[in-house]
Amino acid sequence: MTDVTSPYRAEPGLAASSGATGGRPARRRAAGGTRGRRTLYWIATHAIAIALALMFLAPVTFMFLTAVMTDEQALSGALWPSEWAWGNFADVMSAEMLRWLGNTLLYAGVGTVFMLVSSVPVAYALARFRFRGRRLALVLVITTMMLPPQVVVVPMYIVWARFELTGTLWPLIIPLLFGDAYSIFLLRQFLVTIPKDYADAARVDGCGEFAAMIRVVLPMARPAIAAVALFQFFYCWNDYFGPLVYADPDHRPLAVGIATFRAAHNVEWNLTMAATLLTVLPVIVVFFLAQRVFIQGVTLTGVKG
Amino acid sequence: MTALSARRPGRGHRTRRPVAAPRARRRHRLRVLAFLSPWLIGSGLFFGYPLLATVYFSFTRYDLFSLEYVGLTNYRFLLQDEDAWQSMRNTLWLVVVMVPLRVLFGLGAAQLLTQLKAGGSVLRSIVYLPYLVPPVAATVAFVFLLNPGTGPVEQIAGGLGIPMPDWFNEPGWSKPGLTLLGLWAVGDVMIILLAALLDVPRQLYEASAIDGAGPWQRFRHITLPTISPVLLFAAVTGVIQTLQYFTQAMVAAKVAAGQADQPGTTTVPGYPDGSTLTFPQWLYDEGFRQFNMGYACVLALLLLAVSMAFTLVLLRQFHAFTDEEGSG
Repeated sequence: MTDVTSPYRAEPGLAASSGATGGRPARRRAAGGTRGRRTLYWIATHAIAIALALMFLAPVTFMFLTAVMTDEQALSGALWPSEWAWGNFADVMSAEMLRWLGNTLLYAGVGTVFMLVSSVPVAYALARFRFRGRRLALVLVITTMMLPPQVVVVPMYIVWARFELTGTLWPLIIPLLFGDAYSIFLLRQFLVTIPKDYADAARVDGCGEFAAMIRVVLPMARPAIAAVALFQFFYCWNDYFGPLVYADPDHRPLAVGIATFRAAHNVEWNLTMAATLLTVLPVIVVFFLAQRVFIQGVTLTGVKG
Repeated sequence: MTALSARRPGRGHRTRRPVAAPRARRRHRLRVLAFLSPWLIGSGLFFGYPLLATVYFSFTRYDLFSLEYVGLTNYRFLLQDEDAWQSMRNTLWLVVVMVPLRVLFGLGAAQLLTQLKAGGSVLRSIVYLPYLVPPVAATVAFVFLLNPGTGPVEQIAGGLGIPMPDWFNEPGWSKPGLTLLGLWAVGDVMIILLAALLDVPRQLYEASAIDGAGPWQRFRHITLPTISPVLLFAAVTGVIQTLQYFTQAMVAAKVAAGQADQPGTTTVPGYPDGSTLTFPQWLYDEGFRQFNMGYACVLALLLLAVSMAFTLVLLRQFHAFTDEEGSG
């Protein structure tokens, strides 16, 4: 029993010493013997933690430092900018970049709204109703969730080509109006934890099932709804494969645009980094505003159910 | 509804559901259908149909204009398609190397977080955040960080006298480069493992402390067995995600090639030397750059079969909780 710093140990020690005063001297001696080790352990874990934090922060730090370098400096391999070229951020906000941003917001914004409208009732039904085939439906949701997007892309492309929608982002947005498996699953996992009695009470008061869902259950499920909305928004914001298949240059979102940025601005790493940072920024801001939502949401999809 | 909710499975005593009036039953069925309708229609249109169509197209030669039935030709071609095999080897490499490393690293970081008294929540955010960085942006950043000319890693390693490979410009080092990127974005794995570690009942640790178990023994005999379902979940979802690995490999190749030669000349995917050509990339290339849609469907079916095998492992795990969950 060498490491006693673990939070799990803190309580039993206290409880024991307050309960049985007779054993005190011996216990104190034991504690004195491990104090040196405890300090060492504390130093070791915190040193590793700091090293880990620095490693994880380094990429974004260097991106930022390069993004504010002048062209010559970025070519010199310097690590610290001698002159802060803040204008780089303005320079990359070209008309093209703004169009990419507009396309991204359309895809992510409309897509998220569509997903919510369609997925919430489905998740509610899977969590609350008992019906034959319910388990099969759940199995199907999980299977769809795990299905690689590349599997069905060829026939879907052919269909959207018939409707002359290839070239735009609509082939990626419209399907979200019919539910998204990942969101359905996550919402369902949360909704089963809400006791049935609330909705039943609303129904006794004369609400229909749909009204009970909207007025009683959904307000209680706000954290889960926020989580799926955020995940969907960022899924669209980050999606590369879908737009690469469907979008023509006019309908490109940021993810596809940024990937071509460097080829277009050969060797200008500072501008590439500035543009790339601009796509990262919104994600980081939203994360700090809604950190709890994110972390709860992720753990909800784990096998916790 | 009350009659229906009386049934609580998995609680030992199974009360038979009272037979509801046929009208009420029909209403119930209609209500269920109404709530499920978006998804029922959606899975037919965007899952059922394309799946069948993929099977059909796999027996044809189709380039969006002319369709010709060719029997098993596409399947036979797969056996001699060197690029397809190379892409499978690359994807297999990532599954065998990157997935276990990510799980181990995520577990290590999570374990460390449970031991911290100060700054734990700050570190948790710092480790989690890179996972949210858009994959395209993260990839562009890593190609820059590791680039042999002006990359900060090269500069620092050079200053310390450590020799550095050319990472994304060297066939043997491009996949390790992608693995580094995967480890940086380990946040998803870390956070579910952290939740699992915090869920291990304290009493178990207390009991083992009384028995005089050391930290390693506690980890080996208490922590690992308790979190093993979550570890399995992380590993299997990791494999399924890696089978779809596309964005990072494609962007890394594009961005790195843009600096080695002139832009626009990178028509062959998988720079350098096909070393980053993953299986979904080859599917994309066949289907949407060469418009061999029939052959792309064969590749899609292969990807489907392998993914489904791993999904079945997951479903067996979910099996347990769909049985036990009582929503009463």
